[in-house]
Amino acid sequence: MNNVPKLPIGDWVESVEDWLTDHLGPLFDFIRAVIGGMVDGIEVALTAAPSLVLIVLIAALAYWIGKWKLAAFAVIGLLLIDNLGLWEPSMQSLALVLTASILSIVFGVPIGIACARSNAVRNTVTPILDFMQTMPAFVYLLPAVSFFSLGVVPGVIASIIFAIPPTIRLTNLGIRQVPGELTEAADAFGSSPAQKLFKLQLPIAMPTMMAGINQTIMLALSMVVISSMIGAQGVGAYVYRAVTQAKTGVGFEAGIAIVIMAILLDRLTQSAFKKK
Amino acid sequence: MSIIEVKQLTKVFGHDPKHAVKLLGQGWSKEKIYRETKMTIGVNQASFGIEPGEIFVIMGLSGSGKSTLVRLLNRLIEPTSGQVLFKGRDIVGMNKVELRELRRKHIGMVFQKFALYPHRTVLANAEYGLEVQGIEKKQRRELAMNALKLVGLEGWEQSYPDQLSGGMQQRVGLARGLANDPDILLMDEAFSALDPLIRKDMQHELLLLQARMKKTIVFITHDLDEALRIGDRIALMKDGSIVQIGTPEEILTRPADKFVERFVEDVDLSKVLTASHAMIRPETITPERGPRVALQLMRESGVSTLYVTDKEKRLLGAVTADDASRAVKENLPLEAVIQTNVVMVPPDEVLNGLFDSMAEAKLPIAVVDEQSRLRGILIKGAVMSTLAGNRDASEGGAFYEQRA
Repeated sequence: MNNVPKLPIGDWVESVEDWLTDHLGPLFDFIRAVIGGMVDGIEVALTAAPSLVLIVLIAALAYWIGKWKLAAFAVIGLLLIDNLGLWEPSMQSLALVLTASILSIVFGVPIGIACARSNAVRNTVTPILDFMQTMPAFVYLLPAVSFFSLGVVPGVIASIIFAIPPTIRLTNLGIRQVPGELTEAADAFGSSPAQKLFKLQLPIAMPTMMAGINQTIMLALSMVVISSMIGAQGVGAYVYRAVTQAKTGVGFEAGIAIVIMAILLDRLTQSAFKKK
Repeated sequence: MSIIEVKQLTKVFGHDPKHAVKLLGQGWSKEKIYRETKMTIGVNQASFGIEPGEIFVIMGLSGSGKSTLVRLLNRLIEPTSGQVLFKGRDIVGMNKVELRELRRKHIGMVFQKFALYPHRTVLANAEYGLEVQGIEKKQRRELAMNALKLVGLEGWEQSYPDQLSGGMQQRVGLARGLANDPDILLMDEAFSALDPLIRKDMQHELLLLQARMKKTIVFITHDLDEALRIGDRIALMKDGSIVQIGTPEEILTRPADKFVERFVEDVDLSKVLTASHAMIRPETITPERGPRVALQLMRESGVSTLYVTDKEKRLLGAVTADDASRAVKENLPLEAVIQTNVVMVPPDEVLNGLFDSMAEAKLPIAVVDEQSRLRGILIKGAVMSTLAGNRDASEGGAFYEQRA
């Protein structure tokens, strides 16, 4: 074994990275503009109104989707965030999370559908998803930075890579779990592939897909601290700074804000799916 | 002309189906092909025609290939070789668009496990076939409502399938199959998942529906009773091959081989054979011929009862030897001594339903048609003999007539 020289995998990766940066620069700039614009847009929307107005709106949404318990939690939790002075960074983080989640759904659902339609596609995609989920997130922060430079955009990209697999996997699973006799009936009545997808497979797969989307949102949220290491603003940056400066109190406060957002997002999405 | 003409239709499951077809052509058996090549013959060179308006039953045990065969008809399963002609057009050669059009407009299907869409209401389920055709909402609503009405589900439109009992769910399945008014309805073990009583009801209703709509129905079943009950013709399948095609009566009375014979030997014939199968020719008289002629006739033919009809053969009643001699003695016309309490049944009444009335009736039961014309009479001996398998009651005529 000692005779085999070390494989220069690291060198290869770096030369690929260099090549991409050199040749696909305009593409990366375009992606950067789009994602940056999305995050900014959502952030502006979330912070345009005074915090109290938004809290009332979210509470109303929580009451409509869930029940008064969820609404009460939303009011108390969000007031606490506001009280701790973390409203703005929280909304910045939320903008990042929402952008990453929306893009994960936009790309993940069609990829999941493609996986469900073809075993070849699934067999190609599955190992890639395994790789994306198990490779430590820090490792792909670096190329993300070299493609998109510092800021929120590489954070969104890293979040998507980390968070998109559940949406793809569970979309695939949900469609594949549609009972064979139902798809057969759809065929027997002369459905086109698109009719079968929209009238039968997606509606039946919806609860499973929604579980995947819920997980995607949670995973995206879990990336906010890591994203802050490459310059994404938000409540994650508070945690990161608290860790580097050993300020336990600040770290906890910011941590609580993340927890509150996590619970809210989780319950809101879950109840929304159950309500169908 | 047959609405569906199936020619040498074959389905092979395995790695090299064309090769297996060649082997079948060389006379290899299903077992041998499986042993040598590990390929399974689903359907083996089936050929038959289905006539418009008939209920064509394909019957066989599980694994006989009947469900595969029905799916070859609308290509839910792709045939390996052979032809399926629908009104003369070969379905096997159709491209995707033509096939979709055929399924949308001409061939409906009802499934064993109902296969209703759980996320759609009863109405939306019934509408499905119309919806994929692109028929606009108002019109398809109306057509679907009519179909639901037809199967007796009025008032349930807004329910979801899981709120309905099994029998009602299959009515939805039937409505969905009928809503686009297809030429052919494929029913794959449509009633097999229902419990026996509901199943009987559904069979009955299917026959009523059929009498009204005159659809061509291809009905798959593993249940011989069901096949005999609803089939105009039955195709019996074994190991992927069609063993015999015929009317229920032909299958029962002239089984093509040992397999069919064994299959039908346990059939309760009393539920299949009807009064017309067991009836014998009665001695009749018209009333104006008088009691003396009646007695004379009885003596000549060796019977003790005559059936009295008018000139149009309509049954008026019966007269016994005792009655006739009383009339002669008291100088009465024949009309005066006619017994009018003769039990009457239609010719298509199954024998099973007649046992009680036969036990109670003093005189043999009369079989009369819709115009109350006398077609025959039922005597115990002839019925027994018919049930015992001596199918043609008239052959043993002399013996029964004595007893009558």
